[in-house]
Amino acid sequence: MSIFVDETTKVVIQGLSPTSQGFFHGMRNRAYGTKVVAGTNPKRGGTEIEGVPVFATVKEAVEATGANAAFNSVPPPFAADAVIEAAEAGVPFIVCITEGIPAHDEARAYNRLKRDFSASRLLGPNCPGIISPGRCNIGITAGEIAKPGGPVGIVSRSGTLTYQALYELKQKGIGVTTCVGIGGDPVPGTSFIDCLAEFQADPETKAVIMIGEIGGSAEEEAAAYIAEHVDKPVVAYVAGVTAPPGKRMGHAGAIVSGSKGTAKAKMEALAAAGATVAVNPTEAGELMAGMVASL
Amino acid sequence: MDLFEYQGKQYFARFGIPVSPGGVADTPEEAVARADEVGYPVVVKAQVQVGGRGKAGGIKLAADAAEVLAHARAILGMDIRGHIVRRLWIEHASEIAREYYASFTLDRSAKLHLGMVSARGGVDIEQVAAEDPDAIARLHVDPTEGLTKSGGRQLVEQAGLDPEARDGAVDLLLKLYSCYVDGDADLVEVNPLILTPEGRVHALDAKVTLDDSASFRHPEWDEFRTLEGDDPRETLAKQKGLQYVGLDGEVGIIANGAGLAMSTCDVVNQVGGQPANFLDIGGGANAEVMANALEVINTDEKVRSIFINVFGGITRGEEVANGIVQALQRVDIGAPIVIRLDGTNAEQGREILKGLESERFVSRPTMLDAARTAVALAGGAPR
Repeated sequence: MSIFVDETTKVVIQGLSPTSQGFFHGMRNRAYGTKVVAGTNPKRGGTEIEGVPVFATVKEAVEATGANAAFNSVPPPFAADAVIEAAEAGVPFIVCITEGIPAHDEARAYNRLKRDFSASRLLGPNCPGIISPGRCNIGITAGEIAKPGGPVGIVSRSGTLTYQALYELKQKGIGVTTCVGIGGDPVPGTSFIDCLAEFQADPETKAVIMIGEIGGSAEEEAAAYIAEHVDKPVVAYVAGVTAPPGKRMGHAGAIVSGSKGTAKAKMEALAAAGATVAVNPTEAGELMAGMVASL
Repeated sequence: MDLFEYQGKQYFARFGIPVSPGGVADTPEEAVARADEVGYPVVVKAQVQVGGRGKAGGIKLAADAAEVLAHARAILGMDIRGHIVRRLWIEHASEIAREYYASFTLDRSAKLHLGMVSARGGVDIEQVAAEDPDAIARLHVDPTEGLTKSGGRQLVEQAGLDPEARDGAVDLLLKLYSCYVDGDADLVEVNPLILTPEGRVHALDAKVTLDDSASFRHPEWDEFRTLEGDDPRETLAKQKGLQYVGLDGEVGIIANGAGLAMSTCDVVNQVGGQPANFLDIGGGANAEVMANALEVINTDEKVRSIFINVFGGITRGEEVANGIVQALQRVDIGAPIVIRLDGTNAEQGREILKGLESERFVSRPTMLDAARTAVALAGGAPR
């Protein structure tokens, strides 16, 4: 099994035009085997692009095609509104890869979803998307770098490190159930914990790779969750050990996060929670290979 | 983007937050002129983006023009914890009855805004937070609802601000919240927020961090991008719109994605080298961006080798390769280049690069191999 998406997932691409990012990646996703059933574009309703019917709104697209996932890569000024539009149309899974959405727009959209559209899950923004190899790929991941099957689940805050992890595993002949890029923005719609809970419940996933970054406290929170709720083996990698402490103005952020946020603190928290901590992405792959061999 | 104090105060003023009258000066003579305008006594304040200005002697009270001249001469050019003072803010000195603290920022764990107010301002607030957490009143604000007047009142009462300060503080908090949200700031912080003997509340300092992602709807922010930073490499990178942090090593790093760039620095360090920089060319990186990145690295005299680590998602391999080809035509790259290219259209990219391969331009299949090669080319002994 996979988490969040599978071979039945039907995708509507928001902001579809012959030159949009959504078109480039949406066509790649379709070529991979993903069911891309519709696109939206207020100026192109009723037309078709590369065989994909285009609707003026997500609501119309959902009514006509039964789309149950949205792929949102519309430009930053409009991306948060597009997330809300998809939620209003009842889309249960919304993948937003857009980079550079203002933080206040993100915070508003997240809390609006939570309050008014709790049946909709947002993945991202500023993420590579999700791939369940061989079944469904929504986003910008190059499908050929992932091996289908299992038994590993991947959850990552970093886009390119997500690909790195998929690639390391494929080279070792290890398959992946689902690889979720949650994105590095301050207010991600889906958290490490959301994904860890799904992987823990997924019978096909036997082990999890978790990739974090410096900043915030999402990794520490995930560590606490792992200690309490995850009995599947977890290999963790946190990027940014050599990163200099960022120029920091003001103190409010430090008061909120305390000593959390450094790569060292995150790795210590994950190790204390029982995760196996790797010092680089290659080692994460090697450690996981060892675990998979002994499963 | 972090604002200097004077910019923060100018930004505050746009949202009606009371600040002291003042002006900017880049020379001692200008400082006297500004002081004459705002009226004595004045405070001469070093404009640097680092804490501890007062202890370092960067903030001085002046009773007359002669004192302004003397202080301005002493402070301009001063090195405050690695930051050279190039600009002063001269403001009318305020009489202070009490000093408080107020801020708004995002609580990433709660995914809500967080307002904080304390009656113990004017000091190191992080120390207050550590020693006496209850001295700081906190209130989560739902971004879909915003800060209400009763929320503001709750903050000032819980913080125990003096009764005569409360109405003014609530009013200021509402304006500060509007500056934070409508002004697209990641952080607004006032320390100290003062109560004057006449019972007025106003901001005596201003720390504002603007959200760069929101700059498309704030053309007025252009005027804030005036002063150059202390690292010329970072200034150039900023001009070219690159995410760059200067470090002290000899291996120049270019990677796509913050995570991969950080990881590349980590791996170079693990195999025995030192990264010269962190440079993220981002998700939408194209030929132009890669060329710009190489130009920035090329200005760093410490760099002995360049490690380009690209894993293609949004950035397609052929775009990366074309960027390198163009950059090599545009600039005379001083250091040898090691490239590791994989992901979307990596094959096409590698094909384009094949023509360039030499002992000063090598391709390696894995991150670790590439890092070791880069460290060796930089004259180090890779582990």
